[in-house]
Amino acid sequence: MPTNAYVPHAQGYVDNEGPKVVSSRFIHDDSHTLERALATDAYEGMKIALGMAPHEVAALVKDAVLLGRGGAGFPAGIKWGFMPPVWPRYLVVNGDESEPGTYKDRLLMENDPHQLIAGCVITCYALGLNQCFLYVRGEMALAQERIAVALNEAYEAGLVGKNINGTDVSIDVVLHWGAGAYIVGEETALIESLEGNRGMPRLKPPFFPAAKGLYMKPTIVNNVETLANLGWLLQNGPESYKTYGSETSPGTRMLAISGHVNRPGVYEVEQGKVTFRDLFYGDNYCQGIRDGNELKAFIPGGGSAPWFFPDQLDLPLEARPVGAAGSMLGSGAIVVMDDTTDAVKATLRLVRFYARESCGKCTPCREGTAWEEKVLQRILDGHGRPQDIDLLLEIGNNISPGPYPVASFDSQSLEAIPFPPKQTTICPLGPSSVAPITSAIRRFRHEFEEKIEAAVAARNAGDQDD
Amino acid sequence: MSRLTAQNQEVAAEIISRYPRAKSALIPLLHLAQEQDGYVADDAMEHLAELVGVTPAEVLGTCSFYEMFVRHPVGKYKIDICTNISCQLVGGEELLHHAEETLGIRAGGTTDDGLFTIEDVECIAACTEGPCLQVNYRYEYRLSNSDFDNMIEGLRDGSRDDVPPHGTLGLTRQHIPQDHLAGIGSPETTPMPAWFESRQPEPEAEGA
Ligand SMILES: Cc1cc2nc3c(=O)[nH]c(=O)nc-3n(C[C@H](O)[C@H](O)[C@H](O)COP(=O)(O)O)c2cc1C
Ligand code: SF4
Ligand code: FES
Repeated sequence: MPTNAYVPHAQGYVDNEGPKVVSSRFIHDDSHTLERALATDAYEGMKIALGMAPHEVAALVKDAVLLGRGGAGFPAGIKWGFMPPVWPRYLVVNGDESEPGTYKDRLLMENDPHQLIAGCVITCYALGLNQCFLYVRGEMALAQERIAVALNEAYEAGLVGKNINGTDVSIDVVLHWGAGAYIVGEETALIESLEGNRGMPRLKPPFFPAAKGLYMKPTIVNNVETLANLGWLLQNGPESYKTYGSETSPGTRMLAISGHVNRPGVYEVEQGKVTFRDLFYGDNYCQGIRDGNELKAFIPGGGSAPWFFPDQLDLPLEARPVGAAGSMLGSGAIVVMDDTTDAVKATLRLVRFYARESCGKCTPCREGTAWEEKVLQRILDGHGRPQDIDLLLEIGNNISPGPYPVASFDSQSLEAIPFPPKQTTICPLGPSSVAPITSAIRRFRHEFEEKIEAAVAARNAGDQDD
Repeated sequence: MSRLTAQNQEVAAEIISRYPRAKSALIPLLHLAQEQDGYVADDAMEHLAELVGVTPAEVLGTCSFYEMFVRHPVGKYKIDICTNISCQLVGGEELLHHAEETLGIRAGGTTDDGLFTIEDVECIAACTEGPCLQVNYRYEYRLSNSDFDNMIEGLRDGSRDDVPPHGTLGLTRQHIPQDHLAGIGSPETTPMPAWFESRQPEPEAEGA
């Protein structure tokens, strides 16, 4: 029976009502140990896979429509099919989780490393490759430690490495760790970083990882949560998997809901079956906006996603309708802002992130994000200029030629611009900086104007004093 | 005195052995150097260059890209306070301000006694648990100002012995016993694994 309460040893995780695919072991305080993993069949799915032919495993994953959980939501089975028949080939697991608002891969790595290792082996087996790198974000010391311990146990127990589970199948899973750079989460930058280089994205085409990835060899990059699903999927089959969630978005997602709600936390949620309203106000989830305040805005898919507003509360948690409504589910990070939030301040903080994290390879991103930050900072500091709002939109338009995706504004009869944005840059980081700007200006333009008008009035008063 | 010690050289050799190309080990090796000295020293970078077969400039190029690597000594405890959006909404900036006032330094600075460095950092993946911070990469969640003060007290008087020195990440390293290793092959010559070939539905024609 779910307790519908926080689980103390998995900080922030709520054991709520609903199916558990990837967080089923979190209720145990020893969920990270091999002992618990074996007692709860964490390697069963892997053993089943090893009894099938690799192409059957790949077909099963394709059939399940397992959507990637790293941000883009691309079906894993289809991505796997893009590999040309070239060897060696590699699997790189993306555990770099750094998107603002995102907190779920770390929980999965810290609390159930064996489930992830089993997912790695299943993927390697399906794709016929014998080396996988598990790239964990540098700052996540405990996740690195838990995975190291789990790998050492799993190697010792013959569950990974040479002759897995007594078969002729041999696959190495190697723990790798980064050193702090958001951009390294982008898959081609991740590969550069894994080659020991500065983590700058590569141009796609030609450098699609599935064809030319690590060491220019075919490489699949998948998110931690994506692969964490595989053990359950193999054990229970695609039909059971598809009973959860909706037709186009089957299964569950780990969602971090943060900000101004009464019970912020990480919830495993069936896709498509709940709305944002359920998530924010439901007893099984966040139990309302804090202090009885009104909802002002929310970010449905991490800092890079355009904002939603009360108009969008009844959308289901499902990729397609959210995309059509002008945003994305991204990395499963929902950030809730109540009516005490200063829209300019929140926008600046997000934009500062992109300005700091730009790798500097493309001019529109490197120069543009820094400029956006500077303009927002001066508006917030009371030094804004009347042309600054247009200037912000203009800079954004240089990074991502508009119209930029944005939610509808029903009372003003403004329609939604669907996701995704266009880009003049190598990767989507630069364009992401435009999301908070266009969202906040469309909806809260008066807040920008008030600050600027006050600044102009203060300057005029100053002039008269002289 | 900041080349890798003999013991760390052994650790380095084991790390390098897990990669098809030695340079791939560079970030873990830079962490090893930082763990040894608390920061990445110039001599250490020269040593790493020798170990992975690149120039010291290439090592510096990689090192300087990543925020976690510091090239000069920092405080014994590096306190990274998140002010990104989720934390900002619940008081991350106020916590940073309190830390600055309490310790008498600004973000980026180190106290005169060399004990504490504060940084204003980006999201650390604990967004539902803000305001939050990491001290030497160990998390503290949902902190009030007095929680922060207590943490500082505990670090000062040594009662917080769960926080290792700056530079130490996971306390256990991966170790693959030789007889359990599947085998790390070269990216140039490693063929399709035999186990995969024998499980193919029908032999695949190789493009000539
Ligand atoms: C700037 C940027 C940062 C990203 N960060 C991450 C990340 O931290 N973790 C992640 O899994 N994917 C991240 N992605 C998405 C990856 O490029 C890639 O699509 C994903 O890892 C693929 O895994 P999936 O198909 O299983 O979702 C990021 C993308 C961009 C453009
Ligand atoms: S868009 Fe920005 S982060 Fe991405 S490659 Fe260009 S400069 Fe680097
Ligand atoms: S925003 Fe502070 S931890 Fe994510």
